Amino acid sequence: MSHSETQESRRTWEPGLTRVPYWLYRDQEIHEAEQRRVFQGPTWNYLCLEAEIPEPGSYRTTFVGAMPVIVARDEDGELQAFENRCAHRGALIALEDEGKTRDFACVYHAWRYDLQGNLRGVAFQQGVNGKGGMPPEFRMEDHHPRKLRTASVAGMVFGSLDEDVPPIEEYLGDEILERIERVLCKPVEVIGRFKQTIPNNWKLYMENVKDSYHASLLHVFFTTFNINRLSQKGGVIVSETGAHHVSYSKVSHQPQPNAEYSAEKLRSDKEGYALADPSMLDGCDEFGDGVTLQILSVFPGFVLAQIQNTLAIRQILPDGLDRTVLNWTYLGFQDDTPELRRMRLKQSNLTGPAGFVSMEDGAVGGFVQRGIAGSDGQAAVLEMGGSGIETQENRTTEASVRGFWNAYRGYMEI
Amino acid sequence: MAEFTQERLGALNAAYARCIDNDEVEAWPAFFQERCLYVINTAENHAAGMQAGVIYADTRAMLRDRVSALREANVYERHRYRHIVGLPFMLGVQDGVASVETPFLVVRIMRDGATEVFASGRYQDRVVEGADGQLSFAERLVICDSRNFDTLLAIPL
Repeated sequence: MSHSETQESRRTWEPGLTRVPYWLYRDQEIHEAEQRRVFQGPTWNYLCLEAEIPEPGSYRTTFVGAMPVIVARDEDGELQAFENRCAHRGALIALEDEGKTRDFACVYHAWRYDLQGNLRGVAFQQGVNGKGGMPPEFRMEDHHPRKLRTASVAGMVFGSLDEDVPPIEEYLGDEILERIERVLCKPVEVIGRFKQTIPNNWKLYMENVKDSYHASLLHVFFTTFNINRLSQKGGVIVSETGAHHVSYSKVSHQPQPNAEYSAEKLRSDKEGYALADPSMLDGCDEFGDGVTLQILSVFPGFVLAQIQNTLAIRQILPDGLDRTVLNWTYLGFQDDTPELRRMRLKQSNLTGPAGFVSMEDGAVGGFVQRGIAGSDGQAAVLEMGGSGIETQENRTTEASVRGFWNAYRGYMEI
Repeated sequence: MAEFTQERLGALNAAYARCIDNDEVEAWPAFFQERCLYVINTAENHAAGMQAGVIYADTRAMLRDRVSALREANVYERHRYRHIVGLPFMLGVQDGVASVETPFLVVRIMRDGATEVFASGRYQDRVVEGADGQLSFAERLVICDSRNFDTLLAIPL
């Protein structure tokens, strides 16, 4: 069998969205194509919060996929983003996570950039004592790290490397935008930052985020305390192409026996499991609409989650084929009362790497990644709730996971 | 007046580490006062005054809930820790409360034998002597050197 034959037989994907072949999570060429077509393609990638770069000269270092990026506020207060890569030899320009500066100088050969990413100085450009130096035709304006388009949404900075990316409001659509603005409705304050590294391909994590079907089955904490039952009022909003989603629910803490759950004797339906200190669940309806859970994702790698009074952003970054980095930013509002802030701190137990609710999500992708080793010819089944990607008034569906693949196939042209 | 000798503080830490590493976490909340503070945070967040933790408990009952979730609710692959706890450094005693800082290293041993450094950092403690004469934690801030957590954190540090 020739090399091309083996490649061909391995990399097939039937049309539609109800089957996802496992080689997609294990293929190096796909991984590299994703960097170009998805992360550096006509998508918007979360970079940081405006509140993290409050003043002219403030900057943060971040990533678009694998690419290191600097986000800065320039002298005029405008948001700027450019590759964190010196145009000379490719070294990182900024080595800190954040700071305040008038300009950036690469440590290697002291090439200097302004806050817009323009090259402003080349050390020894004219040589020393009339010897050496750059040739006379060298023009600084021809050399600079790649610049990103930036856009701000509800105090969050997004960036795109594509010239022709649609405006961010159009990219998100009204329904997603409304649900972002519902949560990020006033000035925020960062109350914690954590990094979590998980042992699986980034797509498995994004699928998990969008999978409203698994929530009350894998995560017993939610179910037992009636924080998130599929039988409770809620639904899934899927954006037009399926790229983005919102899953939401309204709950009360009164026990609500449900025939389907009991009949199936699900592992997650443990009776008699009670908290010794239930004060953690004494949250308040701070947005005034009774929604106690809202998980929102923006393609390719952004999540905004409200779980009761816990507010957190997740930036999802591939770190090689079978590793993914989650950068968590926990938020409060600047006008939090001490009581509300304390409630956020207590409820931070629900989310993150040690979250009562989200802990399993850190491991389950790894279970898949290990489970599919050696099964490139097999495929996952996504038939819950049909084969479409439409918005639904229930969450017993994989519509938004199929939405992810619809968008993915579009960007990847696969 | 309670005596916070290095020997007593060392014994407290040794018992604490042994409790977790020997998979006897049901006994773990008893190392704390009824009203207490147990937070796992990073050195960067702590230095910046950011208080949210990956674990945040301000009562012993919340620690008991951690244990029952660990045993009954949460799903994770079987693993164990090995704590190596350094010498307690006494920062001072005020009003019967000792401020103590102690370095730690935690190795995680997975089901398949993979053994890795999972966390390093310092315990920043406020230790008191109870009516029973035993030392316990009014506060234990677990300040991790790294911002990164691998996969998940189920068992307490």
